[in-house]
Amino acid sequence: MNAAPAQKVLSAPLVVEFPFTRSLGPVQSAFLTGLRERTVLGVMASDGRVLVPPTEYDPVTAEEIRDLVEVGSTGTVTTWSWNAAPRRGQPLRRPFAWVLVRLDGADTALLHALDAPEGPASVRTGMRVGIRWSEQRSGAITDIACFEPVGTSAPTHRAEPHTGAFADPVTGIVAEARLDYTYTPGRAQTRYLDALAGHRTLGERCPRCRKVYVPPRGACPTCGVPTGEQVEVGPRGTVTTFCVVNIKAKGLDIEVPYVYAHIALDGAGLALHGRIAGIPYDQVRMGLRVEPVWTEGGRHPDHYRPTGEPDADYETYKELL
Amino acid sequence: MTSRAGHSRAGYREEGRRDVAVVAFAQTAHVRAADSLSEVEMLLPVLREVLDGTGLSAGEIDFTCSGSCDYLAGRPFSFTMALDGVGAWPPISESHVEMDGAWALYEAWVKILTGEAETALVYSYGKSSAGDLPEVLTRQLDPYYVAPLWPDSPSLAALQARALIDAGETDERELAGIAARSRNAAQDNPYAQLAGSPAAGTLLEDDYLAQPLRLHDVPPVTDGAAAVLLAAGDTARRLSRRPAWISGMDHRIDPHGLGVRDLTDSPSTRLAAERAGLFAPGAPPPDVAELHAPFTSQEVVLRKALRLGEDTVVNPSGGPLAANPVMAAGLIRIGEAAARVSRGEARRAVAHATSGPCLQQNLVAVLEADGGEDEGGGQA
Repeated sequence: MNAAPAQKVLSAPLVVEFPFTRSLGPVQSAFLTGLRERTVLGVMASDGRVLVPPTEYDPVTAEEIRDLVEVGSTGTVTTWSWNAAPRRGQPLRRPFAWVLVRLDGADTALLHALDAPEGPASVRTGMRVGIRWSEQRSGAITDIACFEPVGTSAPTHRAEPHTGAFADPVTGIVAEARLDYTYTPGRAQTRYLDALAGHRTLGERCPRCRKVYVPPRGACPTCGVPTGEQVEVGPRGTVTTFCVVNIKAKGLDIEVPYVYAHIALDGAGLALHGRIAGIPYDQVRMGLRVEPVWTEGGRHPDHYRPTGEPDADYETYKELL
Repeated sequence: MTSRAGHSRAGYREEGRRDVAVVAFAQTAHVRAADSLSEVEMLLPVLREVLDGTGLSAGEIDFTCSGSCDYLAGRPFSFTMALDGVGAWPPISESHVEMDGAWALYEAWVKILTGEAETALVYSYGKSSAGDLPEVLTRQLDPYYVAPLWPDSPSLAALQARALIDAGETDERELAGIAARSRNAAQDNPYAQLAGSPAAGTLLEDDYLAQPLRLHDVPPVTDGAAAVLLAAGDTARRLSRRPAWISGMDHRIDPHGLGVRDLTDSPSTRLAAERAGLFAPGAPPPDVAELHAPFTSQEVVLRKALRLGEDTVVNPSGGPLAANPVMAAGLIRIGEAAARVSRGEARRAVAHATSGPCLQQNLVAVLEADGGEDEGGGQA
């Protein structure tokens, strides 16, 4: 047993990035295609209100709603806030106001940015604004670049029925998303990874059931208690089960076929997994005794190779499959 | 034999329904960043505290339900790792909601009401420090019309605050007063992240963060966890000297379109409160309200929707302005309200939890002490 030294916790940047491909309902499709054509469409709700941006279903009754109308490209600010430090992905790079705008002919308001170069003192609820269209439009809410002040014109536009039919309608959007994180693995995994960098494998023992977890996660999933006691296991172990990999992984410089195995390190209460090399793939077997092979500067074993010992008896590892 | 508390309480709850109570509550000492801990390491102490406090082992819990969100720390299926903390093997009866733990508690409450469980462990946790929380929260918005604009959470709350100010429902000075009151109250809360505040007048000298909101109007970014133990009828009486009975609970939602809603009001909160029995004829006003109002301006909306007056102390814990572990902050409101009842500091308390931008979805729970012969506690 080793005392738990106070250690600096590991951390690493973690970027989660994914493009969501989303299909559109008929109302959303007409609205976003309309934006591409500089036309703003709303939908008539069950109670006669004109919803902009339009929804597929009535926000009160949940009925399907399909009656489209065209509304104006100018409107009135219903509320606003000042964004002094725009963030990544937001509509404008310089300070701007977030606004809810009720377009002329609509009964609900749309969220967007208001370009107000004269600052927050120039923005007020009730002010008149108009759409500034993006140069490049693809059928997305960002086809509206932002709103801009349009003086004191009174609303004149009334909602007019619209078929919603356009040539080449958009039927889906690709929503890009990127989030940046700092990953910290916590105490147990930090201890494990630090020891591994020194070519030692540290498990943690459950104080109640005495099982040694490798890699440790800080808690025993059977007993639900912290696992604080560090136990060095291995370096040798036993192949408990394995598979032969015949598909070359993208970006992985390993010749196929190769063997991937579950390996119960000596003293561990469960098996971890690793690649087996130094032996023809068709000679790997359950019970094979193996040891880790480290590469120069590697923080974890590159693979495991046979030790040359006699195979382990099935009875010694049958609970670790 | 189960009806003693039932008829001795004021009887605002639904007839024939099982009695269910909060019998234990624990929370972490909330911090800006629990860097040194994994989620399960952060959670374990509060799980141990509620179990050890009632003398139950994990294996004696009939149902376990958790609330968390993978987006906070960017770790897919992080709740399965958190399950290590409750001893989930061999398989236990458990469930998870990708929501605040208050909704996990609702599911556990329903499970007990159906008779399928006598006890339930509810927990939730959030490690917001791993990411950029205002940016992460944009991913919960309408993916077609709103999320592509990446509007951050303080900006959206500021739109609501502006609407309230324009409608004459509040002003910046009142909002600063809410901030100061909350953080001063948190000086009595050893788990709070922020405690103590300059006077409202001083706060108003600061620059705006998202006009009309200043930094003091905005909750801190918090890492933290909480756990609650529920039990039915006599089991609750056995486990707690003074159970906090859930006399009613309900949750409702407003339309997701921000521009469809009247941002100065919260019809869903009002309806949930009504269905939870908060306004039951003859019922006294709650002594305490724990409101999940992360932004000062949202307390104004909730006070109106819940019809809270001078008789009710709002957020004596400091509320989410003092510690806001996302996904746990709502569950903590229920725990704090229950703890007041269990300590004999309140006979009737209301707890509220919210989810989504500008109070989109709202849960209301009413908690009550035993009445009649149990008054003053000290039996058991």
